[in-house]
Amino acid sequence: MDISVKEIEHIANLSRITLAVDEKNIFAKQLTNILDYIEKLNELDTDDVQPMAYATSLKNVFREDELKSSFSRQEILELSPSSANGFFKVPKVIE
Amino acid sequence: MKYEVVMGLETHAELDTKSKLFCGCSTKFGSEPNTQTCPICLGLPGVLPVMNKKAFEHSLKAALALHCEISKFTNFDRKSYYYPDLPKNYQTSQNYFNIGNNGYVDIVVKGKEKRIDIHNVHLEEEAGKLVHPETTGANYSLVDFNRAGVPLLEVVTQPDMRSVDEVESYMQTLRNILLYIGVSDCKMQEGSLRFEVSISLREKGSNILGNRVEIKNLNSMKAVLKVIAYEISRQGSLLDKGEDVLMETRLWDDVDSVSRRMRSKEEAHDYRYFPEPDLVPVWIDQGWIDETQATIPELPVDRHRRFVNEYTISDYDAGVLTEDKPLADYFEECVKMSQDSPKELSNWIINDVLRELNERKTNVQDFAISPEMLVELIKIKPTIGSSIAKDVFIEMINTGKTATSIVKEKDLTQMDDVSELDDVVTKVIEENSKAAEDYRLGKKSALAFLIGQTMKITKGKANPKILTEIFKERLSADPK
Repeated sequence: MDISVKEIEHIANLSRITLAVDEKNIFAKQLTNILDYIEKLNELDTDDVQPMAYATSLKNVFREDELKSSFSRQEILELSPSSANGFFKVPKVIE
Repeated sequence: MKYEVVMGLETHAELDTKSKLFCGCSTKFGSEPNTQTCPICLGLPGVLPVMNKKAFEHSLKAALALHCEISKFTNFDRKSYYYPDLPKNYQTSQNYFNIGNNGYVDIVVKGKEKRIDIHNVHLEEEAGKLVHPETTGANYSLVDFNRAGVPLLEVVTQPDMRSVDEVESYMQTLRNILLYIGVSDCKMQEGSLRFEVSISLREKGSNILGNRVEIKNLNSMKAVLKVIAYEISRQGSLLDKGEDVLMETRLWDDVDSVSRRMRSKEEAHDYRYFPEPDLVPVWIDQGWIDETQATIPELPVDRHRRFVNEYTISDYDAGVLTEDKPLADYFEECVKMSQDSPKELSNWIINDVLRELNERKTNVQDFAISPEMLVELIKIKPTIGSSIAKDVFIEMINTGKTATSIVKEKDLTQMDDVSELDDVVTKVIEENSKAAEDYRLGKKSALAFLIGQTMKITKGKANPKILTEIFKERLSADPK
């Protein structure tokens, strides 16, 4: 399965990363190799096998609807590059 | 109009839980920003979310109340997108195995029932709240993550609605159902209930769906109805000119009453859903379904039908009463205790109780007059008369006293003793001989004046029916 440079650009855009031209070529080639490798699995007959999304057999794990104390605001805000008046401050999101 | 409008709705309702979906932070509305957050709802590395059982059960209950097929196996998926209100860069939602599929809601439009099919019902988490500073030139936005991770129910319909009335009825019916089953407080002003509508037009008689426009940012039912009217005219005039309607997402601007195209950057839908590896799947067995089903009360549309049949009240009255579960409960408690007709009780509740609740901006749960007290008032009404009963009703709200004690204290029992009333009438005729004479000579309005005078003397206690009879008899039989 060939991953094109165009697809690489799309994925990079979704992930908000900027790639140089030669990087795009490298990643296209590498991702193609990875998918070809995984492609081997298609050689197996899986008609009667249910898709598996979870490696453990755990199910129905819940917690009760109980309050726990939240973290202090100061402590939380200190983790961010910028804050103001108790809010996280981010680049403007509307035009 | 030569076009048919085709609409579907997506509804988000915040579920009524104390704590968030995956952590113990409070879901309380209106707290100081970022005081209800922790590493889990902020999506810091290395944390492990654990599902709130109550939130899951609420969703299951909603799916059942909306007549969905319940999935035996459900799981949660990561929906990836970058937006500053989403601290994890993905939203935990359901995509592949929703809790409920293929349900329906019956709505009533102008007395006619219509079934709106539900595509799916699923559980997900809320995003945070963005605040955009008003200051001109401000080049930043502010984020409050108190709401991030609050459990959110999403209900998606099929494109089954064809008119504004149907959409309005659907929104109200769905809201009532969620309130009835107690899974959400549905406070639109706090954002606990939000709608998104998709609208397309097609030539009448056509089976092909037109290009669909999705509208977001609708914070009231009124805004939904306004945007529909706006889009019908916008899309209609494009089609009239032979132009295409673009398939796009638009935002409603409530201030200018227009919809505007969302930036394509915000619109790029490539969510790359994949199963959430930090949560385990949930299997729902028949026992759990039965148990949950048993907790669902009679739903508004069923109750509405029953009120009409069982209590022979009008369709309109039944609609008003069942719109609010506590109000319908109040009515039924009255019916249970009272010897008076349900119609009489319903009139009191719809005219008097509701008026006072509105004026006093309170709700029936906090109302000063209990069903028992109202029933007592209506029971003794014949002994005090309708007009005094209304005064006593107000007095009851203001003082919290029962009707009987107010009547006793103020000596309000109606005078319906004929000889006693006769004496008063004699006095009134004597003192108002001109009016009496006018009436005898055919001036009918003079009677009202005379009755008014009598009421003044008796402080409104005279039985108006008996009084009228006495006057009529005296003023026609008396040959004087």
